[in-house]
Amino acid sequence: MTVIGWLQILLFCAIIAALTPLLGGYMTRVFGGERTMLTPVLRPVELALYRVAGIDERQEQGWLAYTIAMLLFHIGGFLILYVLMRFQGGLPFNPAGQSAVAPDLTFNTTVSFITNTNWQNYGGESTMSYLVQMLGLTHQNFLSAATGIALAVALIRGFARASAKTIGSFWVDITRCTLYVLLPISVAAALFLVWQGMPQTLGPYVDATTLEGAKQTIAVGPVASQVAIKMLGTNGGGFFNANAAHPFENPTALSNFLQIILIFALGAALTNVFGRMVGNQRQGWAVLAAMGVLFLAGVLVTYWAEAAGTHTLNALGLTGGNMEGKEVRFGIVASALFAVVTTAASCGAVNAMHDSFTALGGMIPLINMQLGEIIVGGVGAGLYGMLLFVVLTVFVAGLMVGRTPEYVGKKVEAKEVKMAMLAILILPLMILGWTAIAVVNPLAVASISNAGPHGFSEVLYAYSSQTGNNGSAFAGLTGNTLFYNLTGAVAMFVGRFGMIIPTMAIAGSLAAKKSVPPSLGTFPTTGTLFVGLLVGVILIVGGLTFFPALALGPIVEQLAMQAGTVF
Amino acid sequence: METSKIRKRMPVTTLFDPKIIIPAIGHAFRKLDPRTLARNPVMFVLEMVTLLTTILLVRDIVLGAESFGFEFQIVIWLWFTVLFANFAEAVAEGRGKAQADTLRKTRTETRAKRILLPDNYEVYQGVLAEDLQAGDLVVCEAGDVIPGDGEVIEGIASVNEAAITGESAPVIRESGGDRSAVTGGTTVISDRIVIRITSSPGSSFLDRMIKLVEGAERQKTPNEIALNILLVGLTIIFVFATATIPSYAAYAGGAISVVVLVALFVTLIPTTIGALLSAIGIAGMDRLVRFNVLAMSGRAVEAAGDVDTLLLDKTGTVTFGNRLAAEIIPVQGVTEKEAAEVALLASIADETAEGRSIVTLAESKYDIYRKPATNDHKFIEFSATTRLSGVDMNGRKLRKGAVDSVLKFAADEAGKLVTESSGFRATVDKIARSGGTPLGLVENDRLLGVIHLKDVVKPDVRERFAALRRMGIKTVMITGDNPVTAAAIASEAGVDDFIAQATPEDKLRYIRDEQAQGRLIAMCGDGTNDAPALAQADVGVCMQTGTQAAREAGNMVDLDSDPTKLIEVVEIGKQLLMTRGALTTFSVANDVAKYFAIIPAMFVVFYPQLQVLNIMQLSTPQSAILSAIIFNALIIVALIPLALKGVKYRPIGAASLLRRNLLVYGLGGIVLPFLGIKAIDLLVTAMHLA
Repeated sequence: MTVIGWLQILLFCAIIAALTPLLGGYMTRVFGGERTMLTPVLRPVELALYRVAGIDERQEQGWLAYTIAMLLFHIGGFLILYVLMRFQGGLPFNPAGQSAVAPDLTFNTTVSFITNTNWQNYGGESTMSYLVQMLGLTHQNFLSAATGIALAVALIRGFARASAKTIGSFWVDITRCTLYVLLPISVAAALFLVWQGMPQTLGPYVDATTLEGAKQTIAVGPVASQVAIKMLGTNGGGFFNANAAHPFENPTALSNFLQIILIFALGAALTNVFGRMVGNQRQGWAVLAAMGVLFLAGVLVTYWAEAAGTHTLNALGLTGGNMEGKEVRFGIVASALFAVVTTAASCGAVNAMHDSFTALGGMIPLINMQLGEIIVGGVGAGLYGMLLFVVLTVFVAGLMVGRTPEYVGKKVEAKEVKMAMLAILILPLMILGWTAIAVVNPLAVASISNAGPHGFSEVLYAYSSQTGNNGSAFAGLTGNTLFYNLTGAVAMFVGRFGMIIPTMAIAGSLAAKKSVPPSLGTFPTTGTLFVGLLVGVILIVGGLTFFPALALGPIVEQLAMQAGTVF
Repeated sequence: METSKIRKRMPVTTLFDPKIIIPAIGHAFRKLDPRTLARNPVMFVLEMVTLLTTILLVRDIVLGAESFGFEFQIVIWLWFTVLFANFAEAVAEGRGKAQADTLRKTRTETRAKRILLPDNYEVYQGVLAEDLQAGDLVVCEAGDVIPGDGEVIEGIASVNEAAITGESAPVIRESGGDRSAVTGGTTVISDRIVIRITSSPGSSFLDRMIKLVEGAERQKTPNEIALNILLVGLTIIFVFATATIPSYAAYAGGAISVVVLVALFVTLIPTTIGALLSAIGIAGMDRLVRFNVLAMSGRAVEAAGDVDTLLLDKTGTVTFGNRLAAEIIPVQGVTEKEAAEVALLASIADETAEGRSIVTLAESKYDIYRKPATNDHKFIEFSATTRLSGVDMNGRKLRKGAVDSVLKFAADEAGKLVTESSGFRATVDKIARSGGTPLGLVENDRLLGVIHLKDVVKPDVRERFAALRRMGIKTVMITGDNPVTAAAIASEAGVDDFIAQATPEDKLRYIRDEQAQGRLIAMCGDGTNDAPALAQADVGVCMQTGTQAAREAGNMVDLDSDPTKLIEVVEIGKQLLMTRGALTTFSVANDVAKYFAIIPAMFVVFYPQLQVLNIMQLSTPQSAILSAIIFNALIIVALIPLALKGVKYRPIGAASLLRRNLLVYGLGGIVLPFLGIKAIDLLVTAMHLA
């Protein structure tokens, strides 16, 4: 570990902390329908969209109507994407002449993109036409991100409103989010990335002759426009197979730094939106602080593990840390930081191969995903996931002050606890359940390329990533099989909507409640005590569940590695 | 003072009273019936997996397995875990039953004199009390036990209510007004009353009280239901966590026995809180009854813990019932002693509470002794028309009374208007402004001074209200006084707000306004006109002396009729919630150590590297698993006293309380099992059990 390395990490944290209130304030105004600096330009567009779609923007929805609208919207998105991929061979913008994608892979990929997972059992440049990349995948990159944010805002309204029947309009929220938040930032970020050398073209792949005289096809395409939203919307699906490790998808150290900032920007800002909407920004900062503690702990472990390398490497004279599977352009700190950020935030873009990390360094991304992607998390999904843990924390510990537990003025009662438990149950069910089935199924075991605990980690990682809607892959696992395509799609689908539906039920139930004014007898949820408690509950309730699995995967691998055994 | 009276009647059973412990052991076995356990999901699951392992053990024994000593011990301790949980509940119920038995003794076979014709109260027929229906009219004469709850519709009688309240002094019950309610089981000691029975058989006050303390009618409270959901959720999570292990182990080339898996599962699921949850609830109810408060439901007790605002009647709660003399202020040229002596003499004939308080004040504060009255003393008794009292002696005419009456007396004596000194008028005004009542003192036509009568705030209420404020509870005083008087008393007593010249509608409106802002309100009352407010309040405590209407409107009855009891009720409610929270936190925190005991023990056979995770250095995998399961069982027994007594509530504000409890039950819950499991492991190893 180096001073420069730590400075880079601290600079990253400082920028995120500085952006949080700025973006938070802006987004609060956007979702409140207030005037922003972009209103003069975008308001006519917004109104035109409502007119075309026949939406009355003042017509709000209850939680159920909101959720149903969201689900209908996803069915539509699913059909469009599915059809595009199955028929891409006959559609325009296909210079590389890609043919129809196989049904099971299409199914997996479609679910993957509508759920904001962007798990890819394919290589972008060898499978997808430009049309699918732009109209299908980038389109869902925007909408799945906007959905996550809209749902988080709806849940926040549940906390912020009192005795209310409605939690906002899904149609309005998703329109405003896309128009005022995602599009402007994506456009600016894409231009910045193009400046850094990222391609943005509809032209065909380029043929080049290498120094040895061999012919090489260099894939290009509308990369920058897709990468901007891929990061901002914590989607993570790469334009190219190598994702952010590809020089065209992440040309420079600066583009790398911008990308990790984009990953965290909106997720962190939403905590501030939460604080502002419930009338106390410190509530938002407390939630972000808990995320920050878990994040920094993860960075510390991964950075340390990667910088320390392994005995085996050191014995071979390869000192200076574990560089296997990392881009020399980025080095250890930028790779370790990227890995923790992308898994903490449910992004799933990778600039290094997590499979090649040391066992311990690779365990942190695994844990980040298993906790439910709540450390900043996916845009929107991170906040509502975290708030589910807050509900549990407040309930367990809140009783200890001798009152029915409350959070930001709302009593946490049986219904909220039930729904939060239902949502949190999804994680061990999908992650541990599918892993257990896969590792004893000969068909699934055949996909594992490494032996022993490392192979086990590959499977565990795959289901953790898909259930958490992260999408990053550990590599080493051949995912494009019928078994993994279908089970993965189920994990992604349940991991997304199994969380969302109970969360929305909580939003509806909270909105209908009266708001209790705080008193000296109220459990304070803004101080360090609460932050510590929240972290504790997340680790004990969320984390320990995975301890047996982790013990058989990365933990035993790390211990074996220290003894000189590698898998 | 209150407490000693309570203790005398409701003996606090010690935690280890053999009269309760021994039957509880039997009950613990009886409660193994799965139909009983199904009420408690965690315990039900525990019993089911225990049953499963028992069947497997029997199979192994029958099939002649080589060694089953370890499995046998695990199964035994699993059964102990279930039994300990049952035992905890049985002890709590046993303590309740002990109280119920005391109550039940009063409910001997009572015979009632039922009136046959609704318009003729002289003709009645003897029937059994349990045959009485609501609406029946009965006659009770001196010596009769009142056969059921009801309302006096004719007559007046003194009634001994010791059976219910423990207070031996008889109380007056009469038709009409606020003293018309009577309770079954109490005894008429003089006169004759006609009662309309208001309760159906088996649902009288006494019946409900017995059922409540026995825990027979215990319904789960909202927080308990929510907590149960949480515990069920955690149990399901651990089902996933353990049920997937065999598959992982198979992949790694190992195998895990069912008994070991069950051991891991049982130690992880929240058995500690699951086992003690119902005991906590029963004990909370029990504590309340021991405080002589009868709650109609557990929900009400829990709501008491949540209360944000307390509405208290001024009289009897904040102040003593009557205005009392606080000071005697002479005018210039008169000594205090002189004025006090006149005040005393002029008040001897005043038998009202005010009059007596003046005598007491003169004697105690000004050291004046009452000389024996001689024949030449002519006492003028206080009357409501003259509003004066006094004495004529040796030509001195001493009077004390309302200021304008005193002025009139002096003017009559002098034959002309008396000019009051500026000092006199200033004192009178000052007292009136402060909310007190000024009384004038006069000798013939000479004004001597002013007596300051005021509502005397009870000595310790200020501290109690301060404590409530630290709990985050606002106190509101309700009084019929004018706003000036009310404000003065409010500031002296330290209440946060007051409602002066309060009508029943004002109270109701105040409660509704507070509730609209999301607050929970508690109030106490007794009169029929309090009934709407009692019903509207989230916690309505009715005095035992109250009317039937008030009793039915409230959700608690205070048998001692002590309005300050509301404060204890709030504390008991909070204690109930805190005990649940603390034990849940403790239970969940325990899991950390249990993972570190069992996970290495499970996997070390095929991954020897995992021995590093055995941070407690437990001697063998078997001893580790056994120690964890033994700790898990014993901790239930160890925590029974805490569950029954409850976590102590301190009014130190939520933040400090949370910090404190987190340190004890959160951090303690993480650390203690590490030490406990290690200690048990040393013992297990030393005894060669594993």
